[in-house]
Amino acid sequence: MISKYRGNRQAISALVRETEVHRDVYLDQELFELEMEHLFANTWIYVGHDSQVPKVGDYYATTIGAQPVIMVRDTPDSVKVLYNRCPHKGTRLTGDTCGNVGRFFRCPYHAWTFRLDGSLAGIPLKGGYDNTGFAESHSARGMTAVRHVHNYRGFVFGKLSDVGPGFDEFFGEALSSIDNMVDRSPAGKLEVAGGVLRYRHDCNWKMLVDNLTDTCHPMIAHQSSAGTTVDVWKSAPAGAKKPMAVEIYAPFASPYEFFQTMGIRIWDNGHGHTGVSHSIHSDYSAVPGYFDQMKAAYGEERAKAILGENRHNTVYFPNVTVKGPIQLLRLFKPVAANKTLVESWAFRLVGAPDMLLERTVMYNRLVNAPTSIVGHDDLEVYERAQAGLASNGNEWVNIQRLYAADEPGQRNVVTDGTSEGQMRNQFRAWTKFMTMSL
Amino acid sequence: MGTVPTDQQLIDFVVREARLLDQQRLEDWLNLFTEDGHYWMPVERGQTDPKLTTSLMYEDKLLLRIRIDRLKGKATHSQSPKSRCHHMMQTPQVDERDDGQQHYVTWTPMHYVESRADEQTLYAAWVTHHLITVDGALKIRLKRVDLINCDAALGSIQLFV
Ligand code: FES
Ligand SMILES: [Fe+2]
Repeated sequence: MISKYRGNRQAISALVRETEVHRDVYLDQELFELEMEHLFANTWIYVGHDSQVPKVGDYYATTIGAQPVIMVRDTPDSVKVLYNRCPHKGTRLTGDTCGNVGRFFRCPYHAWTFRLDGSLAGIPLKGGYDNTGFAESHSARGMTAVRHVHNYRGFVFGKLSDVGPGFDEFFGEALSSIDNMVDRSPAGKLEVAGGVLRYRHDCNWKMLVDNLTDTCHPMIAHQSSAGTTVDVWKSAPAGAKKPMAVEIYAPFASPYEFFQTMGIRIWDNGHGHTGVSHSIHSDYSAVPGYFDQMKAAYGEERAKAILGENRHNTVYFPNVTVKGPIQLLRLFKPVAANKTLVESWAFRLVGAPDMLLERTVMYNRLVNAPTSIVGHDDLEVYERAQAGLASNGNEWVNIQRLYAADEPGQRNVVTDGTSEGQMRNQFRAWTKFMTMSL
Repeated sequence: MGTVPTDQQLIDFVVREARLLDQQRLEDWLNLFTEDGHYWMPVERGQTDPKLTTSLMYEDKLLLRIRIDRLKGKATHSQSPKSRCHHMMQTPQVDERDDGQQHYVTWTPMHYVESRADEQTLYAAWVTHHLITVDGALKIRLKRVDLINCDAALGSIQLFV
């Protein structure tokens, strides 16, 4: 097959225009593979949270783009990220997704062992490699470590290639959303808790990322779930206390004005967030005892400032989002051009009342599960878009809403909450990181 | 029904419950639950806590009501075309009888098929019913659905196992 995009910087750049993108970015498998080689290598990709590996030898197996990797606690104070491949014949070193390997990784095939930093510890019948020049082989170096790893307040990111910006430069101001989520713990600490939800999507991973700041869809696509909730709750007896579940569902049906005025903040390198002034998380009932704990930890003014942030979705380009006020993280794992695995992780605010975790866990179940009615609404439109884009009637996807010709150079700006400016920001970053190593 | 249900009556109840789902007689189905009843589908094997660990579903009658109304709604695009479902069950086994409290537990392994348009998906589950009698009629206090692959990456399940 003739390559349409490989090695063709011009063809890739031509896919993203100021106000529209070519359908191939969602459909084309060769472009998907180039995304894995370039975009997912030149950017910082979320690996996991260090609370998943609390003890030395604890590991968690996951992926960075298409690459199987292991996050492992190699010393009490550090985690490493290693490619999940035995340097002998390639065998994946872990079976279970998480566990503890003790002091060594031991390959199940021929029992080569590796220290927790990946270096080779032992080979059975080692004499067989004497005088073979083994010391110069790839194998002798042990398991390959991901070269760039950064642990930011427990959130571990990796960058596969030497190309691309350093961690602080890449994320910049965007780290304030992780800060806010961590600061919501009176102890300044988060722990992964409450289980993970995994949901298969037959659509391109970018449809999910685009949707994070798509504020013109909830009142339409979620009319079926949120609108029905509002209708059902209307017949509740007068004075009945609104259940947590209704508090969670109902705001999805808010009118356009609610979303227009919430604002979207746009940062460099494809990052941004909805919910600058308020969000669908603003009106949750207070959890008894929590504010007092926060006040004791931070002082009243600072506690109010922390809890006054109601950021909705923060996009950490390319494929992860956090929701600080509800302590959730969603990771969009690319599988193929038309396949994505969505993982939704919940966090406990260490030192805070259990009711906060209960709400986080409920939100996750109601909104992000394969059995979630909100999830069904969203997946239906993604899959229809994935199918509809096959149509030759028009090869372009429109992202023009509230476009201004002077926006490309602007940084750290706040826009109308229904702008598609953050989607344009993501696609500018897409072109930048796709082409910087071509 | 006499004062206490026989094992056969418990079995018939569970079998009929699945039939109501297959026929999508969802109003009749919802009426089988007690006012404080729950439908629970854990996400972890052997999960004991529905509150601080998430689940695929942990729904009270209000949430089940929302789900049922939504399935019928005109704006529900994920039900155009509509899903269908089919339960193939082993004979339920009565695991616990407490005639004093009128509390009964049954265990029912089943295969569940959900289809929509050209797609059809098979699930396997162990279903536990916690039943009580209310005014002489059996009702569901808790229906627990343990999918054999509860922790797998699943696609959409839109109806009720
Ligand atoms: S493949 Fe791992 S030891 Fe041989
Ligand atoms: Fe949505």
